[in-house]
Amino acid sequence: MTNIQGVVLAVAVVATMGASAQQRTAADGIAEYRKMLEDGNPAELSEAKGEALWKQKRGPKNASMEACDLGKGPGKVKGVFVELPRHFADTGKVQDLESRLLSCMSMLQGFDAAEIAKTPFGRGEQANIEGLVAWISAESRGLKFNLPQSHPEEKKMAELGKRAFFYRAGPYDFSCASCHGEAGKRIRLQDLPDLTQNPGDGIGFAAWPAYRVSSGDLWSMQRRLNDCYRQQRFPFPGYASDVTVALGTYMGVNAKGAVSIAPAIKR
Amino acid sequence: MADPMRIRAQVAGDKATVRVLMAHEMESGQRKDAAGKTIPAWHIQDVTAQHNGKTVMTAQWGPAVSKNPFLQFNVKGAKAGDKITVSWVDNKGDKRTDEATVS
Repeated sequence: MTNIQGVVLAVAVVATMGASAQQRTAADGIAEYRKMLEDGNPAELSEAKGEALWKQKRGPKNASMEACDLGKGPGKVKGVFVELPRHFADTGKVQDLESRLLSCMSMLQGFDAAEIAKTPFGRGEQANIEGLVAWISAESRGLKFNLPQSHPEEKKMAELGKRAFFYRAGPYDFSCASCHGEAGKRIRLQDLPDLTQNPGDGIGFAAWPAYRVSSGDLWSMQRRLNDCYRQQRFPFPGYASDVTVALGTYMGVNAKGAVSIAPAIKR
Repeated sequence: MADPMRIRAQVAGDKATVRVLMAHEMESGQRKDAAGKTIPAWHIQDVTAQHNGKTVMTAQWGPAVSKNPFLQFNVKGAKAGDKITVSWVDNKGDKRTDEATVS
């Protein structure tokens, strides 16, 4: 019903304003589709699962994740997501949310981090991490990205991420920048955000993790990057590897001030 | 045991709008796995909604309904504080019931 009205309205606008009037673009259609889906975003199911997993005693050490320090002290979850990746003193590394969760799961709960990193997305403990990622990112919804850059390692990671972003290779001689280096590009009907700067609130880095309708799964940033590499015909650098964290740092620093809408919903 | 549903019920005039998100694989029975074997159908078959214990809606679902389905319906005459209960049974006999209070 609304669709028909929308089309009638668009026709009327074109008729009165002539050929130069703005027409409904494909992007408008996709934005409308997302708006309709937002009300029933299945990411909510993952959020509920993640919250329960955070408090549940699990793993060989039968411990919960509540002592996990995500950057604002043990057990603090609110607002941590918009300040990741950051440097952690106990591991001596810059870590994104997923690699930090891996550390906590191995340190606190006794899981084998390498084993989890090898597990395919959406299976076993990987599916549990997706739940945790959904809940933790939801606890920072509406906040602005503000990655710390005071530690030299954090600066180094942002610089490394920048180099990885512009690194061209593979059978198509592609880099991340081939698609995400300027505004106004798209793949088929999907607009591609320019990730060399802040693409805006809830766009690009500020829209992930997200529920992908096409696969019916909650995608973390690691899974998003994995798929970007697959589309470039690159081998995936590995789950929670340094280069993926570096790319996250670079995109996160660029997105400074952007409002996070994660977990979002994508087609 | 299946994961819980998310149910929201809000008064809108003389009725309440109920929004339900269910966590379910909803495997259609048409897909094949990596080894080429058909993945057996596994989906919700019966959905029931109750308003203060009285059944107000039943539905029969099939393999065409998406994974993690979203269901929205209106209940006439529901007021704030009323209980809305939604239940489903899948084709393997697994079931789940969740309740929400109209706000």
